Amino acid sequence: MKGSGPASREKGKDLLQIRNLHVEGFSDERWHPIVRGVDLALKRGEVLGLIGESGAGKSTIGLAAMGYAKPGCRITRGSILFDGIDLLALSETGRRRLRGSRIAYVAQSAAASFNPAHRLLDQTVETVVAHGIASREKANRSAVDLYRRLQLPDPETIGFRYPHQVAGGQLQRAMTAMAMACRPDLIVFDEPTTALDVTTQVEVLASIRNIVEEFNTAAIYVTHDLAVVAQMADRIMVLRHGLTVEEAETRQMLASPSQEYTKTLWAVRKLAKPEVPADEYLLTIDNVTAAYARTVKVLQNVSIKVPRGRTVAVVGESGSGKSTLARVVTGLLPPLSGSISFAGQALSKALKTRPKEILRRIQMIYQMPDNALNPRQTVEEVIARPLEFYLGLKGAQRDRRIGELMHMVEMSETYLDRLPAELSGGQKQRVCIARALAADPELIICDEITSALDQIVQEEILKLLMRLQRELGMSYIFITHDIAIVRAIADEIVVMHQGKVVEQGLKSEILTPPHAPYTERLLSSVPEMDPDWLTRLLASRRM
Amino acid sequence: MTSYEPIAQVPRLRRSRATRAKTALKKAPFSAWFGLLVILGYVIVAVFAHWIAPYGETQVFSEAFAPWSQQFKLGTDQLGRDMLTRLIYGARNTIGIAVATTLLSFAVGVSLGLLAALYRGWLDQILSRAVDVLMSIPSLIFALVLLSIFGSSITSLIIIIALLDSTRVFRLARAVGLNVAVMEYVEVARLRGEGPKWIVAKEILPNVMPPLVAEFGLRFCFVFLTIAALSFLGVGIQPPTADWGSMVRENATLITYGDVTPLLPAGAIALLTVSVNFVVDWFLHATSGLRDER
Repeated sequence: MKGSGPASREKGKDLLQIRNLHVEGFSDERWHPIVRGVDLALKRGEVLGLIGESGAGKSTIGLAAMGYAKPGCRITRGSILFDGIDLLALSETGRRRLRGSRIAYVAQSAAASFNPAHRLLDQTVETVVAHGIASREKANRSAVDLYRRLQLPDPETIGFRYPHQVAGGQLQRAMTAMAMACRPDLIVFDEPTTALDVTTQVEVLASIRNIVEEFNTAAIYVTHDLAVVAQMADRIMVLRHGLTVEEAETRQMLASPSQEYTKTLWAVRKLAKPEVPADEYLLTIDNVTAAYARTVKVLQNVSIKVPRGRTVAVVGESGSGKSTLARVVTGLLPPLSGSISFAGQALSKALKTRPKEILRRIQMIYQMPDNALNPRQTVEEVIARPLEFYLGLKGAQRDRRIGELMHMVEMSETYLDRLPAELSGGQKQRVCIARALAADPELIICDEITSALDQIVQEEILKLLMRLQRELGMSYIFITHDIAIVRAIADEIVVMHQGKVVEQGLKSEILTPPHAPYTERLLSSVPEMDPDWLTRLLASRRM
Repeated sequence: MTSYEPIAQVPRLRRSRATRAKTALKKAPFSAWFGLLVILGYVIVAVFAHWIAPYGETQVFSEAFAPWSQQFKLGTDQLGRDMLTRLIYGARNTIGIAVATTLLSFAVGVSLGLLAALYRGWLDQILSRAVDVLMSIPSLIFALVLLSIFGSSITSLIIIIALLDSTRVFRLARAVGLNVAVMEYVEVARLRGEGPKWIVAKEILPNVMPPLVAEFGLRFCFVFLTIAALSFLGVGIQPPTADWGSMVRENATLITYGDVTPLLPAGAIALLTVSVNFVVDWFLHATSGLRDER
């Protein structure tokens, strides 16, 4: 397109240069530094991975590369040179002309980024037409071509669907097509696969990588998943607290990280615990079939046994019925047939008919602590309620117990007066754990509880849960799609697919070959810390 | 394992209601202060009407439609009653009735609306259809019918207007409640075995306050209009009780002679309405984002 002939697209020329970037964010009535002097250089056709825990400033840098700061943030110092143009010196109109046409952005949640009222195709070509680069017909044709290259099913017609009519992974690829529509020189990917499950993630990663290579587009890939960045990036930059920790070529970085912090990041995925065989069963789910609206069967003849004091990991992709299983056990969704027994007694199907004492003994922790904590209740109110409700604790006794619980989840009592919005993601999840513990339960159902957290926090939470299990001896049903977590904490594994149990057994049995075909597919989709993993996997699947 | 060390130490912010209110007031914009002061003034006038007013509420003097003078600061009305006195007593009656009516309509509408949102199913169907029926009849005519059946005492006036108004509140509360009722913290409360009272009052209500408060400001003003309209039709506040709505109507003829006196009660209504909405705006701004994240 305009001004981007083959010569200027040549690989190896400098495209983006950020020097001494400082960004501040406004909260609690004052400005806090988010990015504190980061230098970054990107050549044409190069993919740079930005990695770090949440709050490291990686997304902020990604946006700054477009000359943009989120509302409530401001770029205070530094220079951003894009293809020789100083983005900060440019007027807002000038910057807007660049965005979309020469710099594009792919957000974490495609579902939230598409306008639900318009068809995909119209949104894909919108920028092309708005920037006057091509006519609508021509743009539509090239969009279909992009859909094909991104391996979307039915590329001819998928553009006529609305965002809610396509699956999450496909939407993320459509979003990539939208970003690619103007053939930009630079694309910023902000955690594009974080919200997807492993089997879908592989497909999206593969198509993003292909198209970036094909058009020789430079990219900044923001993620907290090391294994993902290892597949995508030529170079990796590790960030922490708004500063660069280290930067190196991907292979070199993976082989020999030089900084202590980087090494701890690398170590997270090596968490593991030996399995302990069951000696007594706490919960027995026998031949349960459940459906929504009586017709859509989500669980079919599911039988699972949960041993006392152990962890059963339930794995499977989204839609496999994992969360429905949790709803059946808690009584939110009475099953159509089958039976559940808990501690030797039959558990009544519906929540309403279960006595308080049973409710106390089965607790649940959710994926999104943001949704699971009432934004208007302080930490103290959240933890105190089960104590008052189940155990009738009052006054000093109650306060002492609250203190103990905060201690158990390794939080200071000074947090008790905070509202959820004033806590970090990991702290919120700790509060949820404390709330579950307050009921003194025998079984805790953990529904994807770490998937919204970054890896370091994830590890802390997992360690906490394991320690609590050793000390208090409760059972966990751990619903997840992350095999690394399963390796880390499970004693037994249940593999689910389309509402049925595919396999079930001790961790060592399930994880050592030979696998059932579906288990094989699930296990092979988990990214490994080897930069050649994706290439190898795709080659083996194509055969 | 000795990792019982808390992960971080932060200063404990003990925030009682009083200190929170104090800091909120300190940060309040001018418009909110203005609104608060005006409302406070109205309340003082209403409460102490008996001591502030120069004459009795229904005391009649010989001269009707008297001009402003030393004796009658704002003149007299069509029957020869002191306007200023009527204005002061009108504050008591009009505001008192409007506050009682709005509060009652919100108590009924919000609690039923949130229950419908929480349980859905048949309870929601029954309540929603009943509300549809009530709303399908023009509310003024319906109020007229009911008032002529039950008589227009102040109590029945309050109950009838509140009931008719609560249909709109119900709809709003149900709509916003539905969004909150699906949140996981509500599910957590249900799994804990909490009853509907706790879930509605502690889990849902605090999270739907902003739209409800906005509606409160608006409804409060509409109640004035309804009362004035009913008074105009002769079934509202009965003479000789003073209320601003009927005072405007009764003395409207004076406007044709270039006298602004009948506009004073109208102005009193307008000023109060604006002030209430200033305060509501401020409240909304302070609560809609938990923290300022502009």
